[in-house]
Amino acid sequence: MQRLDYILKRMVMAIFVLISVSILTFFIARVVPSNPAAAWVGPHPTKEQIEKATLELGLDKPLYVQYQRYMQDLLSGDLGTSVRTHQPILSDIKTFLPATLELVFVGMLIAVLIGIPLGVLSGAFKGSWLDHFTRLISIAGVSMPVFLLGLLLQLLFFRQLGLLPLGARVSTEVALFHPVTPITRMYLIDSAVTGNWTAFKDASIHLILPALALATYPIALAIRMTRSTMIEVLNEKYIMAARISGIRERSVLFILALKNAIVPTLNALGLAFVYSLTGAILIEIIFSWPGLGTYVTNAVLGVDFPVIVSVTLIMTVFYIAINLILDILQAFIDPRVIIG
Amino acid sequence: MNAPLLAIEDLHVHFNTYAGTVRAVNGVSFEIRSGEMFGLVGESGCGKTVTGLAIMRAIPSPGRIMKGRIFFQGEDLITKSESEMRDIRGGRIAMIFQDPTASLNPVFTAGYQISLQITQHRHVSKKEAKQLAFDMFSEVGLPHAKSIYNTYPHELSGGMQQRVMIAMALASGAELLIADEPTTALDVTIQAQILALLSQLRESEGLTILLITHDLGVVAETCDRVAVTYDGHIVESGTVDDVLYQTKHPYTQGLLAALPDTVRHKQSLEVIKGSVPDGLHSVSGCSFHPRCPKVMDICLDQPPSLIIVGEKEHSASCYLYMEETA
Amino acid sequence: MTTVAPDLEIPIEDIKAGKRVTEYHLMWWAFRRDPLAVLSLVILLGFILGAIFAPNLTPYPEQGRGDPNLLEKFSPPNQGHLLGTDYLGRDVLTRILYGGRSSLAIGFLVVIVAVLIGVPLGAISGYYGGWIDNLVMRITDIFLAFPPLLLAIALASALGASFTNTMIAISFTWWPWYTRLVRAQTLSLRERYFIEAARSIGVPSWKIITSHVLPNVMTPVMVQATMDLGGAILVGAAVSFIGLGVQPPLADWGQMVSIGRIYFIERPWYAGSAGLAIFLVTLAFNLLGDAVRDAADPHTRRVVDVGR
Repeated sequence: MQRLDYILKRMVMAIFVLISVSILTFFIARVVPSNPAAAWVGPHPTKEQIEKATLELGLDKPLYVQYQRYMQDLLSGDLGTSVRTHQPILSDIKTFLPATLELVFVGMLIAVLIGIPLGVLSGAFKGSWLDHFTRLISIAGVSMPVFLLGLLLQLLFFRQLGLLPLGARVSTEVALFHPVTPITRMYLIDSAVTGNWTAFKDASIHLILPALALATYPIALAIRMTRSTMIEVLNEKYIMAARISGIRERSVLFILALKNAIVPTLNALGLAFVYSLTGAILIEIIFSWPGLGTYVTNAVLGVDFPVIVSVTLIMTVFYIAINLILDILQAFIDPRVIIG
Repeated sequence: MNAPLLAIEDLHVHFNTYAGTVRAVNGVSFEIRSGEMFGLVGESGCGKTVTGLAIMRAIPSPGRIMKGRIFFQGEDLITKSESEMRDIRGGRIAMIFQDPTASLNPVFTAGYQISLQITQHRHVSKKEAKQLAFDMFSEVGLPHAKSIYNTYPHELSGGMQQRVMIAMALASGAELLIADEPTTALDVTIQAQILALLSQLRESEGLTILLITHDLGVVAETCDRVAVTYDGHIVESGTVDDVLYQTKHPYTQGLLAALPDTVRHKQSLEVIKGSVPDGLHSVSGCSFHPRCPKVMDICLDQPPSLIIVGEKEHSASCYLYMEETA
Repeated sequence: MTTVAPDLEIPIEDIKAGKRVTEYHLMWWAFRRDPLAVLSLVILLGFILGAIFAPNLTPYPEQGRGDPNLLEKFSPPNQGHLLGTDYLGRDVLTRILYGGRSSLAIGFLVVIVAVLIGVPLGAISGYYGGWIDNLVMRITDIFLAFPPLLLAIALASALGASFTNTMIAISFTWWPWYTRLVRAQTLSLRERYFIEAARSIGVPSWKIITSHVLPNVMTPVMVQATMDLGGAILVGAAVSFIGLGVQPPLADWGQMVSIGRIYFIERPWYAGSAGLAIFLVTLAFNLLGDAVRDAADPHTRRVVDVGR
């Protein structure tokens, strides 16, 4: 039951962090702005609007009362109203979040499938041409501004080769004649579930470039982490023992060594996930992707402060949840994590 | 008399380091017969482990086998290709190490590791491999084979870990087990149990064992024949009775004198003064001469060769006995 | 397999002459022998000097400050305009030189502020331990729980879009990394004998921290800071790409990509040049960081030429 204890402990810690995060966002929303009420109602507020907001948010009350009210609203799902769309922010987020998640998940999948094997191989063949090549990729990958990469991909695959679309989630044709039935609002899942293969194919083609651009940083991170931990693990005595007992090199690298190296790599992937979430903001602008990133960018341009704060909070909650899941996954991969 | 299962002839292993060439094994020859327990004895740094790794053709870089032949069942292992060696490693010759905790992969269950070992060397189904693993666990005296199967290494005691290592070594049907200091990291009582297990496996499975150790007491209790190494050479070899009770070489005598009274009864322990040469700076003549209490002029000139000094094949390399036989 | 010992070109003459050779001297010696590091340094110096002396280097300083030149809108790269002109006809190269001022400044300022906040907190946290340590670590937990770019965006929007506010906002997301780094270093230092000795003869805590702990954590902090300069420039560019940060008519690389992306497919030189500038500078800082790390590590320092 050590494992259960460990998982419960992690969960309690995650809740603690969630509460702290809510306090910090509360400060950003209600204390940092010089005039929180004005910030809350948007640009060029009227006097009446400000007075109304002051009353609604309880800005005339002491801070702890304000926080109490803020938390009550949050827990009841009231994230406020968008200054621009005049919609409840929660319903806007429900519309935009799935598009972002689809992009991020596909990007992370690509990163894992490319980054980890490359990291394993370059760690195993340290100093080889493959190692130098992946080192180059990974250092260029962490240095590349994701928006530039997106633009360059568009230039190559859309303008020069004419192979892939410039942006959007599906083509106009598909949107008009084979619309995706919204269930989860993740198009790949929805079109597959409803058997709408025309839309599935179209959505996949539209995903390639943004997902690839988004995956670059995580690929670089995964390569670096896997490579360095593989080098460490391959020096361990149990690897020598396995080789001496005639285990095939492929099994030594990809089963026996990789499972040891994967735990630090998982931590790096957690970090990569955040970069993807935030990278998605930039990528969505480049590829006209109607997700949270586009939503928050428009909010920045339209000085839609409640939206900015709410999206920050929601994405942070996601990040904390992902890290919790990775922590729990570690407990199943490496039994030593639980004791430590 | 049995034909030798393993015959090593004039083995040289060198390590090319920044500091120069280290001659870790420098002309070692010995034979192990089928079904016997053979002891390879010496202080740390004498090239015992490197000899064991050389048999597996697993010398770590920058080491290389420079010269010599290693015959296993009549076939020269030095000439085998890497893929042929992979079948031999674990399949026909297995090796276990001093530190079972470090030798077992921490993130896989004992069962997974032994099953992988089995399926990579034998054409059996997963189910058969599992059954075989259970059998091996009982064979090496692990109780509750089924629960051991699902246990991670860190949940086992050192003695149990070493039993798992032995089970893995035997699971794919190895005929020769190279046991490199298999008891050094264990408690005294557990040491005796592991040694008893090795002796018992030798009886029941017909296993041949090369026991690499620094402990002459262990050799006295378990081995049939023994070779004593010093600075990459064999200085004395023969049956355990001959070597331990008709001791010829001053180095072996020194080792025995340094032993607590399990073998011989004496009042105080002695030490061999000085330390083992580092293999980097070669010593002229007999490499033991700087530490030898009976050093003669001739010892400084030429290295002595291994000669028969007593009954059977009791041999030693020491000028003290050169005139007697010459 | 090379068996040749690496050519140890350590300043042997200096050592023989009895001069004191410092750790930094050895680092510089190792660093100089890494061609990628030297190249990176040259690139960076080029951009930095270009930004500082922009008015003297360009024939169009008024365009650098924002004056439009509508007659030459979107002209592709040519002799008069090596990187072409933008949507207001301004020389792109000039805009990049001027834009480097804010883009580079934000990198340096963010890292400096993060070091100034993070390092002392980490040293105090690691040295004293107990509830102080606990409190500081929980605070870093909170900051690290946020996706950094988003926290910076939220803070910058709360403070209002401007260069200073962007810098403050990014610094706020950055300092906890230094606190963690320095705390870990301090924890292991605290166990060492020279600190123990200083404590036993009654040296006051603040003096131990300033004269024994901090000097000993400077090398890892320096390595981290070099690497972070690239990252901070990247985040700064992202924030101004979104529309916070430096506002037109002043130039900024992220902002240039943001405006130029609309025309990118037909006229890639504008956004492309600015994006490339960000990439080159970030790459150079990352390579430099790697080199500084290798140079600071006595194990790798020796084989700078042989390995890699």
